[in-house]
Formats: sequence, C-alpha cells, structure tokens
Amino acid sequence: MVLPYIFFYLFSAIVIASALMVIASRNPVHSVLFLILAFVNAAGIFMLAGAEFLALILIVVYVGAVAVLFLFVVMMLDVDFAEFRSGMLQYMPIGALIGIVLLLELLLVAGTAYLAPEGAGSGVLPIAGGIENTRALGQILYTRYIYLFQACGLVLLVAMIGAIVLTLRHKPGVKRQDIAKQVARGKSGLEIVKVESGKGL
Amino acid sequence: MVSEFAGFASLAPAYPELLLALGALVLLLMGVLAKKESAPWITGITIGLLIGVGVLIVAAPSEGVIFAGGYINDGFARFMKALVVAGSVFALILAVSNAEAHGLNKFEYPVLVVLATLGMFMMISANDLMNLYVGLELQSLALYVVAAFKRDSSKATEAGLKYFVLGALSSGMLLYGASLLYGFTGHTQLNEIAQAIALGDRNAGVIFGLVFVLAGLAFKISAVPFHMWTPDVYEGAPTPVTAFFASAPKVAAMALVIRVVFDAFEPIAQDWQQVVIFISIASMVLASFAAIGQKNLKRLLAYSSIGHVGFALVGLSAGSLVGVEGVAIYMAIYVAMTIGTFACILALRNEDGYVETIDDLAGLAQNRPFVAAMLAVFMFSLVGLPPLAGFFAKWQVFLAAVEAQLFILAVIGMLASAVSAFYYLRVVKVMYFDEPTQTFALPAIELRVVIALTGFLVITYYFTIGAPLSQWAHTAAGSLF
Amino acid sequence: MIQAIVFLPLLGALVAGLFGSAIGHRPAEIITTALLGVAALFSWIVFIPFWLGHPEPYSVEVMRWVVVGDLDLRWMLRVDTLTAIMLVVVTTVSSLVHLYSIGYMHDDPHRARFFAYLSLFTFAMLMLVTADNFLQMFFGWEGVGLASYLLIGFWYTKPSANAAAMKAFVVNRVGDFGFALGIFGTFYMLGTLGFDETFAALPAMEGATIPFLGANLDAITVLCLLLFMGAMGKSAQFLLHTWLPDAMEGPTPVSALIHAATMVTAGVFMVARLSPMFEMSETATLFVIYIGAITAFFAATVGLVQNDIKRVIAYSTCSQLGYMFVGLGVGAYSAGIFHLFTHAFFKALLFLGAGSVIHAMHHEQDMRNMGGIAKKIPITYWLMIVGTLALTGVGIPGTPLGFAGFFSKDAIIESAYAFGGWSGSFAFWSLVIAALFTSFYSWRLIHLTFHGKTRADHHTFDHAHESPNVMLVPLYVLAAGAVLSGVLFYGVFFEHAEHVAEFFGVSLVVDAHILEEAHHVPTWVKWSATAAMVVGFITAWYMYIRRPEAPKELAREHPGLYQFLLNKWYFDELYDAIFVKPARWIGNALWKGFDDWFVDQTIVEGLGRRVRQVTDQVTRLQSGYLYHYAFAMLIGVAALITWAIAAGGLLG
Repeated sequence: MVLPYIFFYLFSAIVIASALMVIASRNPVHSVLFLILAFVNAAGIFMLAGAEFLALILIVVYVGAVAVLFLFVVMMLDVDFAEFRSGMLQYMPIGALIGIVLLLELLLVAGTAYLAPEGAGSGVLPIAGGIENTRALGQILYTRYIYLFQACGLVLLVAMIGAIVLTLRHKPGVKRQDIAKQVARGKSGLEIVKVESGKGL
Repeated sequence: MVSEFAGFASLAPAYPELLLALGALVLLLMGVLAKKESAPWITGITIGLLIGVGVLIVAAPSEGVIFAGGYINDGFARFMKALVVAGSVFALILAVSNAEAHGLNKFEYPVLVVLATLGMFMMISANDLMNLYVGLELQSLALYVVAAFKRDSSKATEAGLKYFVLGALSSGMLLYGASLLYGFTGHTQLNEIAQAIALGDRNAGVIFGLVFVLAGLAFKISAVPFHMWTPDVYEGAPTPVTAFFASAPKVAAMALVIRVVFDAFEPIAQDWQQVVIFISIASMVLASFAAIGQKNLKRLLAYSSIGHVGFALVGLSAGSLVGVEGVAIYMAIYVAMTIGTFACILALRNEDGYVETIDDLAGLAQNRPFVAAMLAVFMFSLVGLPPLAGFFAKWQVFLAAVEAQLFILAVIGMLASAVSAFYYLRVVKVMYFDEPTQTFALPAIELRVVIALTGFLVITYYFTIGAPLSQWAHTAAGSLF
Repeated sequence: MIQAIVFLPLLGALVAGLFGSAIGHRPAEIITTALLGVAALFSWIVFIPFWLGHPEPYSVEVMRWVVVGDLDLRWMLRVDTLTAIMLVVVTTVSSLVHLYSIGYMHDDPHRARFFAYLSLFTFAMLMLVTADNFLQMFFGWEGVGLASYLLIGFWYTKPSANAAAMKAFVVNRVGDFGFALGIFGTFYMLGTLGFDETFAALPAMEGATIPFLGANLDAITVLCLLLFMGAMGKSAQFLLHTWLPDAMEGPTPVSALIHAATMVTAGVFMVARLSPMFEMSETATLFVIYIGAITAFFAATVGLVQNDIKRVIAYSTCSQLGYMFVGLGVGAYSAGIFHLFTHAFFKALLFLGAGSVIHAMHHEQDMRNMGGIAKKIPITYWLMIVGTLALTGVGIPGTPLGFAGFFSKDAIIESAYAFGGWSGSFAFWSLVIAALFTSFYSWRLIHLTFHGKTRADHHTFDHAHESPNVMLVPLYVLAAGAVLSGVLFYGVFFEHAEHVAEFFGVSLVVDAHILEEAHHVPTWVKWSATAAMVVGFITAWYMYIRRPEAPKELAREHPGLYQFLLNKWYFDELYDAIFVKPARWIGNALWKGFDDWFVDQTIVEGLGRRVRQVTDQVTRLQSGYLYHYAFAMLIGVAALITWAIAAGGLLG
C-alpha cells in the first residue's frame, strides 16, 4: 500500500509549489489559475484521507465559484500588478529574514508530535461503520453542532447585509421594470388618439 | 446521532443569544418591509431589545455548559456580557441624533449592531476553539461593515477595507494557531486542551499555537504590535461607530483572551504570561508616545484605547484572581470613560460640522462649560488621577502586578501613565487656556444625558458603583478559578 | 505706654501703606507724622525718669511667641536706660524726618508709600531696641534691613537706586549671616535666647570651647566675633562698609534717618546691649577697637576728596561709627553710646541741611556745581554751620563750653588713650588724625557749598530758595540738639563713673576704671582733638578760600593718592574682582551650564525632544499603507514567537 503515500506527497508537493506560484507569477490570471490548481490538489488530499464530501465541496465551492469569481474580478479590474509588486524588493531582505526566522522556529515544531497520545483522539467522533461521511457530517451538523451551524448562518446573513448595504444604490431617475405595475395596468394605460395630418402631437 | 436537545428549557443559559438572534432577524424583516424612514424607530426598538437582553443577563441568571461543551455561561461571561450590552446600547444612543450626518440613518445599522453584539456574546461564552472563531467572525464581519457604513466617505471606506483585510490576516493567524493546537492536543474544547497540555510536556507546537491564537486575539483588542489598524479605523469610521468600536468589542475580545489563557493554557501559565507582558508593555509604551503626536481627537482616542488595553493586560499578566478582577473592573470603567468621552466629542458641533481636531477645542470652556468640564473629567480619569474612576482601575491592575512580583512591569506602566498624562492634559489645556475660535451648537438632549450619567459614575465611582462593581467583578473572576 | 511707642508707627505704616491711595497723600502724611510725634513724646516721657531718677528697668509682655522644646520665647518689650536712650533717639529723629519729608517730598507722586516705609522702618527699629531676646532683635534687625532696602530703592525707576538697594541688602546679608550664626551659637552653647538668661549664664561659660575643624576655639570669642560681624554689616564698618555711600541713592530724609541717625547705629547698640558678653573676650574687644579705629581713619580719608555732598556726609557717618566702636571696644560703652546719641542729632541735622541745599539747588548734589549760596539760603547755611561745629567737636577742653560732638568725641579719644597699650595708642592716633580729616572735609563741604563764587549754572543759582518752614522746623530742633545734647548729658554718660553706673544700671557694663583713667589723661591728650580740629579748619580755609586752586595742584602732584582716595581705596573694585565677578561667573556657569544647558536643554527639553523624536518615529510607523500594517503584524507575531520560545527555554 505504497500508492496512497506516493499520491499524498505528490499532491502536497503540487499544493505547495502552486501556492508559491500564486504569489510569484507575474500575470495575475496565472496566479488565480495556480490557486485553482492548489485547490484541486488539496481536494485530492482530502480524498486520500477518505473525506470525499469535503473534497468535492472544495472543488464545487472553491474551484467552481470562488476561484472563478476571482478570475473574473482580476480580469475586469485594471490593476497594474507589476507596479504593485515593484515595492516588494524593497522589503525583501527584512521579509526574508522574518520568514526564515519563522521557518526555523516552525522546524522546532516539526520535530515534535502529540503532546499526550493518550489524551488525543478523545475529541474525535468516530464515524459509525457503514455510514458514508456525507451522512455522518449531516448527523452531527444539525445536532451536536447546531449552535455553530446557526451561527455560521448568521455570519452569512451579516455578509449578505453588508454586501447590500455597502453596494446597493437606489438612484433616482433610473427606470426599472415593475412587473406588478405592468400586470395591473389594464386599459387605462392605453389611449387611442387620432392624429390629424400635418399637425403633430 | 442523538440530539442533546432536551427541551427548550435546557437552552436557558443561551437565552440572551437566542433573543438577540431572533431579534436581529425580526428587526431585519421589519426594516425591509417597512416604508421609508424606518431607521429611527428600529433604532429605538433595538435599544429596547438590547436593554431587555441586559436585564435578562443580570436579573435572570442561568449558568451552565451546553451545546456539547462548546458554550459556557458563567459569572464571568455574564459580567462581560452586561458590559458589552451597555457599550452597545450607549453606542446606539450616541448615534440617534447624529445618524444623518454620519450616514448611519439606515435600519441596517442597528441590526448590524445587534448581530455584532451577538457575535461578542458568542465570543464571551465560547468554550471551544470553533465557537470562538465563529463568534469572532460574526462580530468582526458586522464591524467591518459598520466601519465602512458611510460608504460615500472615502475615509470610512478605506477604514472598512483596512479593517477587513487586516482582520482577515489576524483571523488567519488565529486559525493557524487553532489548528496547531488541535493538531498537538487533539482537542478544540478549551478545558480539554488544558487537560491535554497538563498531561504532556511543554512543547514548541503548543507554544506556537498559543502565540498565534493570542496574536489573533490581540488584533481584536488592538494591542501592540497588532494595533496598526486602530488609529486609521477610528479616524475613518463615523464617530458613533468609533465609540462602539472602542467599547463593546474591546470588552468581548478581552474576555475572550482571559478565558482562553485561563481555561486552555492554565498549565503553561508561565508562557502566556511572558507573551501578555510583552504585549502589555509594548502597548502602554507605544501608545503613550504615539498619542503625543496626534492632532486628530479620534486618533488620539485610538492610541488611548491601545494604551488602556496595555494597562488592562497588566492585570492579566499577574495571572491571579486579583488580576482578572482588576481587568474586569478596568474594562467596566474603561467603557464608561470611553462612552462619555465620545459623547462629549459628538456633542461638539460647530457650523462646519463635527469637531475632529484637538485645536478645534480651543476655548471650549468659555463656550460650552458643561461639556468642557465633563471632557476634562474624562481626560483626568483616563490619566488615572484620583479620586476619579480611572485611578481605581489602574490601582487595581497595578496592585495585582505588584502582588505577582511584576515590579518592572508595574514601574513601566506607571511611567507610561505619566507620559500619557501629557496628551490627555493637553486637551484640557486647549479647552481651558486657549482662545476660542468658534462657537458650538447646543448638544442634543440624549448626549447630555449620557455625558452626565457617565460623568457622574466616573466622578462618584468610589462612593456609588465602586463597591458593588468590585464585588461583582470578584464573583465573576472567581468563576474562572 | 511702651506698647504705644512701638506700635503707633506700625499703625501709621499700615494706614499709609494699605489705605494710602484711598485716603490720599496728605492724610497719610499727617497721620504717620502725628503718630510718630506722639511716639516721640511718649519716648521722652519714658526717658526723663531714667535721666533724672533711676527707676528699675521693666519688661512688658506682648505675647508668647515661639514655644518649641527648650525654647520659650515671649515677645517682650524691654525698657531700661539703654533702650530709653535709643527710643528717644529713634522716635525724635524719626518724627522730625517725617515732618521734614512732608516738605522735601511734596512733589513726589508716591508720598504715601514713602511715609509708610518710613513708619515701617521706625517700627522695626523700635522692635530692635526694645528687644528682650536675640530672636526679637533679629526680627527688628531684618525689619530695618528690609525697610532700608525699600527706601534706598524708593525711586525704583532709577537703575542706580535699585543697584544700591540690592548692594545694601547683599552686603548686609554677609553680616547677618554672622549674626545669625552667632545667635545659633549662643543658643547652642547656652540653651537660651533671652538676654537676661544669657548674661546670667555667662560666668559658667568661662573657658568653654567650640570645636571647629579640629581646633578648640574659645566659645565666647567666637560668638562675639560672629555677632560683631552682624554689627559690622549693619553699621558699615571697614570691609562691610561699601553699601553705605551707595545707599545715598535714596531720598535724603532716608539718609538722615536710616543711614545716619538710627539704623546704622544698630550695630553699636547691639554691641552695647551685649556688653557683658564682649567684656568676657579680650580678643573680641581688641577686634572691635581695631575695626573701629581703621574705619574712622579710612572713611575720613575717603571723605576728603568726595564731591557728592551726601557722600561726604555718608563717609563722615562711617567714620563716626568707627569712633563709637572704639569707644565700645576700649570698655567705655557709655562713651560710645554718648557719641551715638549726640551724633544722631548733628548728623541728622547735617543730612537734612544737605537735603535743604539739594532742595534749593533743584536736586543738584555735586558740590563742584555749588558755591556761594550762603546768601541765598542763610538759615540753612547757619544750621549747617552748627552741624559742622558739632561734628568737628568745637569746644574748649576742661570747660562745659562746646558743641555736642566735642564732648562725646573727646570722651572716646581720651578713653582710647586711657586704654593704653599698643592698641590704645593705635586707636588714639587714628582717631586724632581722623578728627583732623573730619574737620577738613566738613569745612571743605561748607566752603564748596556756601562760600566763594558760585559754580552753579545761572538758572539754578537764581532760583535757589530757602526751604519752607515745614523743613526748617526739624532743623531748628536738631540744631538745638546738636548744640545742647553734649553739655546736658555729659554728666550721665561720662563725667563721673558712679553717676554713669547709676544712670545705666544693669543695662550696660560701666567700667569705672577706664572712665577714671580717661579723666586723668595728660592735658595734651585732651587738647589733641581740638588741635586737630583747628588744623583741619585752617587747612580747609587755606585750600578752599585762600587759594582755591590749591586742591587741584595737590591732586595733580599726587595723582596716585588722589585716585586712591577718590576711588574709596578701590574697595568696590576689589570686591568686584574677588566676590562679584567670581560669583557672577559661578552664577552664569550654573545658570547657563547647569540650569540652562543641563537641566533645561538636556533633561527637561532633551527629554521632551526625545519624547518628540520617539513620537515621530512611532507616528511614522503609522504610514497608512495596508501592507506595512500587515507586515508589522507578521513581524510582531515572529517576535512574539521568538520571545515566547526563547523565554520558555524551548530553543533547541
């Protein structure tokens, strides 16, 4: 069973490489495309871990919706990314220093493992045998995690309110279609006028 | 999987949250369906709703851990929620007569305040990293929106955007820390994390998680070095919104910090104390110096709030019951002082609009003696001069630090306090000793009431609310130990 | 009665000072002068019984003043013979000066303030002379110093007046420093500040020592020298005399009252009051003799060449004070006090007469611009002649014929001779030569001012006029005193030791031996002063009437000596070089170097600037760029992690 390991490292390597390319590539469209690649490979890792629901959701939501939205935005906005990035060299040395320091410290973490193996795992809810993980998620999402689920709903609601309140404008003088008005118009809206020739209206 | 939901009554500890959530939805519907000019009365209903929630918290206490251990309502949570509600109510009151000028005359504003308050409640009651994060996001998202609420103002938009981007970065840090914690302990529930840490050795991974989580939370309390957004956002956002930012969210985030460090990291107290001391000193010192250079009143208050967070963290650094009690008292007094100060600023309107810079206050004492006097009182209280409330706040936290043998921290705090006196007193000096350059309109009645009320509490703190507040803070802090 | 004498001037000062502007100048003048007149009358009523009979001294308690530990000081008004003499001198001269000032100051816009100061001074002086203990005396002592300062600087718009006032104050501080140390020392050694208690405790002090820098100094000597230092300052004795001539910047009545008749004699009074202490220390009395003799001689020499009419009299005062100290030093305390008493009259007369001249000459004080005005102001002229005769001591030895100064001065000169020894001879010859000089400069003053052809400009001379009666009446009274005070009081002050002792009672040490000796000095000694006076008179006549060009020739032939004298032995320059310049240099160094540069710029402003710099740096961090903020957060989190791991000991 060496194959899952091979794929795991393959996916991981591609995720990291494409993440790097997201910030490194000169063309913003390429960046978004690399982002999509990273998402897809992350979905692959989920799949390897047996979380097929999450894997597919990742593809549907992030690749299908978010990333494509990004793509549109990037293409529609006329942002000069080259200029954007020109200042980067200036901060390169100190940025690199910070990065290296963080990396070295993270390596300290890499050398360690579970704090207390006997204490770990008790927080994990095992999936009962024979249930696919979509159903398993559903079973706890609306019961054990109902509070979080509802809260997430509120977060989305806030996001929606925010989007509306910050962007929706009722401009006066703009003709909008009002279907109810159209339907209720009846005959009164119609007038037949005889126009004499040469007189005009 | 069987639901733990055993009847509506079992949700009693979470009634305030439920009430807020339902209220927000109802208010939203009312606002959408109503005809034009719904903002004023929706604001009124919202204030009523929040007051009702406050009464529920104080008068009908129902404590307990529910939602599979993810939600906790204890004495500490109730204390902090009461503070948050007070902050929200006053922030809404401050917006009443100024709504038009600040672009807040839309019914969404009170609704968003309610949702933000709900998020803060969830933060305060979070007993699980997931609840913590969701609550935090709910609060933050609402705040991002209200920061940019005056969407035609480029400053407000910039403020909202900066807040959002940096907030997202801090959320990222928080999540990174949370995932490290989950990875190294196998738990997301705070008390279980503590148990896991207690069983094992101290470990760099956990420290990493701790620091990243604290960094994410430090952003919310605007502690140095995660404070950079604060001056820009305070200046750019409409003033009533700034008043809201400076009061309620600070309390909620501070409560969250306290709960996380005491519930989840109790076994490695040494480590988080180091971090908190670092943040505390940095906040106090930087804010004291940076504020001196400010000309804009709101920026000045931004640095003031950064400094005060530093002072409050002095109490937390002690890691003791007295320290937490001190922080609780500190936040209560801080909310009163902040609301009062912002009410004073909002009360100052000249023919060009609202006062923004310190120089605009020149000669205020001759023009509006009441507002000037109260603003002076708040400034003295923010400095920490006895017998005003601000003195007792600082006294308590420094006492805790000294009891915990943190002498250097206490000394630095005192020095920073002394430096901070400079910029607070400059405001007083400008008001009282400079020649007036303009006249100010009579402030609205509700502003005067707020100023008088907060001013009364600040001045008579020792004789009126001092003792009961300390008692309550003592009880609240006790529920964490 | 004694309370009335002391407090009436204070009442006048308060009324004139606080309500002067409300009640106007004229009422302020009248009130203060009238109150002083009443005080003077009472003083004579107090004095005459002492003169004629010999009542017991008594004390009146005003209030308990200071009660601290061992110290129980009461504010007592002490009345004995010495005090009674001083009361008479002070209140009489003061009331006359008040009266005179009404005329002299009639066009000054701040008269009420002037009279308030005068009365305040009188009160302080009375406090001094009625003192029952050291502290009370010190209070009066500083009070007169303050009043003197205020009055010298009365014309505060004149820079020279301000400088003179400051100089008087500062030089007096030097003396007062010694005085205060003497008082402390007395309390330290004796545990009491009351005069009677001190004198009672003195015998036990015989041989007591004060350790100082390893040396054991005789306690009494040290105390006396310290106290005498105060007297030197107040009485403008040699080394601390420089302030007195400058003090002539004040209005002339002030010069007459403070700087001739009363305040400057405070030192003499103090030594006389403490005569039991000084008697115990031979070193101290010798020191007093030498200082007195040197002052008498030195001031007389300087007086020879001065051109300012008031300065001549000022140096004369200085010189006469030296006589008094010699009298005290040789043990003839009564002679010293006698000279104080007579001197008050004729010196006040001379000053007020000079004031009358100045008044007549429209505030011209330089004698080189006077001359020949005897005919213009005959009354003043004759009164000045009387004063000069009294000052120079005209009289026939061995007979009761003579002006006041004759009796008192000769008494001192004879006592000095009688004291014997090297010191006595030194003092005797100094005083005789000083008498010659005194005669010379006094007549020089008269000649330059009144005789010969006028050197004043036409306008001034034509308008020279006699002073009004309000100014002349005090002069008559003082002239009477200058003529009679000697012959009338010679009996009780000097003539027979037992009379003198009876008169003074316990208030003064009366050394019968020295008095007897003084009466039995050789005849040439008795005539020496008179001879010196005559020589001085003739020289002055020759140089200023007979050959008016002689002084100039003399000055040309001896330019060094002339300049030396004209510049008052270069004392001002010397002090300037020794004290003032270094002090100013140190002051400047401390001010510019320490205070300005170090404290202000480096610490205060420097700190402020440092704060400002830090603020600027911190504010610059707040660039407004989003990526800067984000970067700061990343740096912060990296720093925090490093800190947490390093502090937690988890590195490696």
